Amino acid sequence: MRESENILASLRARIGAIEGTKPAVGGGLFTLGLAALDARLGGGLPRGRLHELFAAEAGDQATLSAFALLLTMRIGTGPVLWIRQDKAIRQSGLLHGPGMKDLGFDPARLIEVLAPDEQALIRAAGDAVRCPEVSTVLIEPWKAARSVDLTVSRRLVIAAEKSGVTALMLRAEADPAPSAAHSRWEIRAIPAVPLDANAPGHPAFEIELIRHRGGLANFRQTLEWDRDHSAFREPALSGALVSIPARGSPSPQPARLSA
Amino acid sequence: MRLVAVSRSAVSIGMSPGLTLADARARQPDIIAVDIDRQADAAWLERIADGCDRYTPMVAIDGTDGLILDISGCAHLFGGEEALRDDLVARLRRLGMHVRAALADTPDAARAHSRHDGSAIGALPVDALELDPQDTQALRRAGLKRIGDLTSRPSAPLSARFGEATSDKLARLAQGRDIRITPRRPIPALILERRFAEPLGHVDGAMAAIEDLGVDAAVRMDEMHRGGRRFEARLFRTDGLVRSLRIETGLPTRDVPLLMRLFAERMDSLNDPIDPGFGFDLVRLAVPVLEVVSPLQLQLEGGAIADDELARLVDRLSTRLGRHRVRRLAPQDSHIPEQAVLAFPAISAIDNAVWPEPEAGEPPLRPIHLFDPPQPIEVIAGVPDGPPQRFRWRRHLHEVVHAEGPERIGALWWRRADNVGLSRDYYRIEDAKGARFWLFRHGLYGREVETPIWYMHGLFA
Repeated sequence: MRESENILASLRARIGAIEGTKPAVGGGLFTLGLAALDARLGGGLPRGRLHELFAAEAGDQATLSAFALLLTMRIGTGPVLWIRQDKAIRQSGLLHGPGMKDLGFDPARLIEVLAPDEQALIRAAGDAVRCPEVSTVLIEPWKAARSVDLTVSRRLVIAAEKSGVTALMLRAEADPAPSAAHSRWEIRAIPAVPLDANAPGHPAFEIELIRHRGGLANFRQTLEWDRDHSAFREPALSGALVSIPARGSPSPQPARLSA
Repeated sequence: MRLVAVSRSAVSIGMSPGLTLADARARQPDIIAVDIDRQADAAWLERIADGCDRYTPMVAIDGTDGLILDISGCAHLFGGEEALRDDLVARLRRLGMHVRAALADTPDAARAHSRHDGSAIGALPVDALELDPQDTQALRRAGLKRIGDLTSRPSAPLSARFGEATSDKLARLAQGRDIRITPRRPIPALILERRFAEPLGHVDGAMAAIEDLGVDAAVRMDEMHRGGRRFEARLFRTDGLVRSLRIETGLPTRDVPLLMRLFAERMDSLNDPIDPGFGFDLVRLAVPVLEVVSPLQLQLEGGAIADDELARLVDRLSTRLGRHRVRRLAPQDSHIPEQAVLAFPAISAIDNAVWPEPEAGEPPLRPIHLFDPPQPIEVIAGVPDGPPQRFRWRRHLHEVVHAEGPERIGALWWRRADNVGLSRDYYRIEDAKGARFWLFRHGLYGREVETPIWYMHGLFA
């Protein structure tokens, strides 16, 4: 009896390891703040895992950066390490503190690491993911980055599960490759709901789940960032003449005429 | 072209510095002349000075071809002043150098002895004072040819006639006025060293020696309740070459395993690996500055509270990648966007800066990515001072759908000599696809420039 219990327990552990759905040590789930989306994800996304974010198009680089930064705000309040490559800075510019603050992110939380090449980036990421004091690590390899492969992602995942650090892999201008990530998203910018006087509005995204370890079906979702509540919300229908949301969205945005 | 320096054999056939090359060639057609490389000379002198650190931490570079060592209190370690000098001269001769060394009570006297002939200080020529050529000439004309001629006279008439500098220099040279040398590097707060009769032929041995020294240093620092934030290990090769390994930590520490990890990290990241050559005969560990470390607080169940893991991570990354590659952002008091943020090394002391809070309900007014320098773009605007209608950036044409602006940011004209500077008119732009940009027009149309140029300065989420 006792022996069979042991066997059962060891089998459970093995299956659990294969499924990879056990909550991490410091983990639990983080929500995105939009009730419908969180319910669809089964309560949210797990901390202490690797999540991959792809830019849908080459021009969506800033959108990708911003979305990752917004996720770090949902994940926790601890220090954030952003590991970038020199080439990425030449291409997409410096991180701008006031712009982060405008999104609600406190730049004092950020430590920026500039890696001269892919190998240095992978090594730095490995070290950062092992440090339990870090809340989130953003890893931004440059373009295709062939050396960021399944083995690398597997190592990151193992380290992340142990330390409870959430790792986000930012891939602009790269094609999805096999990896051990828990979820994979594609991010693109969509036209925002314009404000008064035809001004560009709050940041708006379309995110598409393209892979999930828990076996969730792919789906798309449009989101708008609500800085004052540090949460995502559903954008009011753009182009609508009347400002009342068609589906009674929980948006706290006061009614206003759009253009 | 003139000769700057000549070899011994050249001196014997009558060459001297200052001779024109044409004259020299006329006298001796087959001389070998090489362009002077002052930088290489200076670098070589620096290397020799590094090697002389083994005798004393007080080493100063004297002109372009000399070194002054303050060996007060160090000579007994080498068996006396003469023995120290002989050891130094022997080492340099082995490198194929011609050396003149002199021991004296003051730096000036030592310099004079090594550069001029004469057994006693009084027998040195007045050139040893190193005055202006005119003053030296004047001294000679007055019949004062040797230092001894000057010291035997009262100093007041001397300074009245030849200037205060002359008597001052004389006092430093002959009358024992001691002006301390300024060493090349500040004296560290803590130095530990280990000498080896048999040189260490392998880098691992040197690392083990550094670890031993680290343990000793940790004990010393523990007694003082101090720790270091910077550590320097120096490996002295028998042939005079010195290699330094410097590490830095964010918090003061005396944790030897941590230091050794950082030293190993630094060793790995060296571009040219350390070559032991014929071996290291001296290993030194220096802690430049000591800082207070409060004793560790221990947890009830044992083990220290690990609240400095992040600092350790920053140390490790800074050591591996370089301190400027691991950085934090701090706000600056400037309205020029690219000057509003300063990136400083995360390893330096952190003052948690407060960033200005954005206004509630407003969309982001500053981009998340900023281009520095801004990138010029082609823009079509409806009116010359209006918002853009379409623009071309990185070969793609963008159709402007929504625009807000202008937000006018003036130049820092008061900082410029000509008191002018072009204003920038910034626009927040959204294109048909939903990408959001920050553009500006450089110069006010019609008032500052005729055809303003447009720039892409940032990307919004």
